[in-house]
Amino acid sequence: MVTVSILVLFTLGFVAAALLGISSKILAVEEDPRVEAVVEVLPGANCGGCGFAGCENYAQAVVSDPDVPAGLCVAGGEETSIKVGNLTGKIVAAMEPQISFRRCEKIEGKVAVRFEYQGMPSCAAAALLGSGQGTDQCAYSCLGHGDCIKVCPFDALYLRNGLVRVDPSRCTGCGVCTRACPRNILEVIPRRARVMVCCSTCDKGKKVMEICEAGCIQCLKCKRKCPAGAVSVVDGHVHIDQQLCLGYGEECGMACAEACDRRILRRLVSTPDADGDRFTAPHPPAIPVNAASTEPQA
Amino acid sequence: MDIFQLFISAIFVNNIVLAQYLGNCPYLGCSKERGVAFGMGSAVVFVTIMATLFTWLIQTFVLIPFGIEYLQTLAFILVIAALVQFVEMFLKKLIPPLYKSLGIFLPLITTNCCVLGIALLVQRKQYSLGTSLAYALASTLGFMLALLLMSGIRERLDTCRVPKALKGTPIALIMAGLMSLAFMAFRGMAA
Repeated sequence: MVTVSILVLFTLGFVAAALLGISSKILAVEEDPRVEAVVEVLPGANCGGCGFAGCENYAQAVVSDPDVPAGLCVAGGEETSIKVGNLTGKIVAAMEPQISFRRCEKIEGKVAVRFEYQGMPSCAAAALLGSGQGTDQCAYSCLGHGDCIKVCPFDALYLRNGLVRVDPSRCTGCGVCTRACPRNILEVIPRRARVMVCCSTCDKGKKVMEICEAGCIQCLKCKRKCPAGAVSVVDGHVHIDQQLCLGYGEECGMACAEACDRRILRRLVSTPDADGDRFTAPHPPAIPVNAASTEPQA
Repeated sequence: MDIFQLFISAIFVNNIVLAQYLGNCPYLGCSKERGVAFGMGSAVVFVTIMATLFTWLIQTFVLIPFGIEYLQTLAFILVIAALVQFVEMFLKKLIPPLYKSLGIFLPLITTNCCVLGIALLVQRKQYSLGTSLAYALASTLGFMLALLLMSGIRERLDTCRVPKALKGTPIALIMAGLMSLAFMAFRGMAA
């Protein structure tokens, strides 16, 4: 009795093992071992910052397609790019570390709410209310329900005083948050960017004056003062081409930020203040720590 | 037994999850999104039918002739585990698109009590091979129905204000209980 059961189970197990062993040889799928190696190197956050659906898809593309560059992983930064380049035999162009930036200062600007919002806690929903203007007086403000916080694969965003803040130690600049924001408040900029526009409004100057003390009225003094031609109006709001700005260097003495009476364009400092923002308190104008010798020019 | 009655009975009245409480782990784990729920559901349908076929053959041609039916559970687990492994390799090689949609769920099913439960129930009810396969299909369709309904509810729940203490799995368990109660209403319609 015992012998029979032991024998039967042993045979069953043996047959199954043998079949599996044989079929694993016959049905083996040839995979490029480099794909797995690249996946190992990548951060595995599947953030989509590279433009592919996930880390594995990017690994496959970078190994098999000669046109896909090795430096697309923003989240992993330069270190990862070099490793991927070594594995795939591709040359890695220099990578600029990036960070997400919130272009809204509605607390400072004292933007009033149009009505008390009681709906589902989502910016996308709140932004649809009131004929698409949202719950704030300003139609281009950060609504502070944290859609970006929910999607951030690196937990780099948090809410304080009703505004979304970026934790520079965690943000990789993958850009997932910029796609989640229904109002396009967030923008990915180089970490060493010197100046940034702290407003996204496309409204006319008169209306902005009425609703926000820290809103851009598009006087375009900044555009005229910029010697590099980096400031322009893109999609209805003032935009700084960071590549042009950084390429020109610091000789301009931050002419744009100096020219801005409403302090919409602000110097960025490399250490965040208590609120986790990258520029210091409103007045007096901030002096960047990495260029402390630069005196405001008359 | 009438095949129509068997289907109604297995899908609604004796739903494998909501009335027999088998396969609760994927029911809660894979019901957060509708796409995932559908993938898991189809993987269970596929694997269970295969498993029922093989375990039925093992029972009839190995266990009963040798008089060792008491080894049923052990032998079935062995067969199901080996089968799932084989199916995974087979799909990966020959039907890559299907592997991509079912692939990650297959290892999860290896030791799923829903699969083993149906294989054992079929033996307890002493169905013929054809009826067994029909029963397996019907039961797993019931599983898929429960999973899809649950995922629909949970997608809606995501946009609701849920008390903090109940967020996530607790509210899902409450929903599972309510759905089970709702399915109890089918009791008495078919055996």
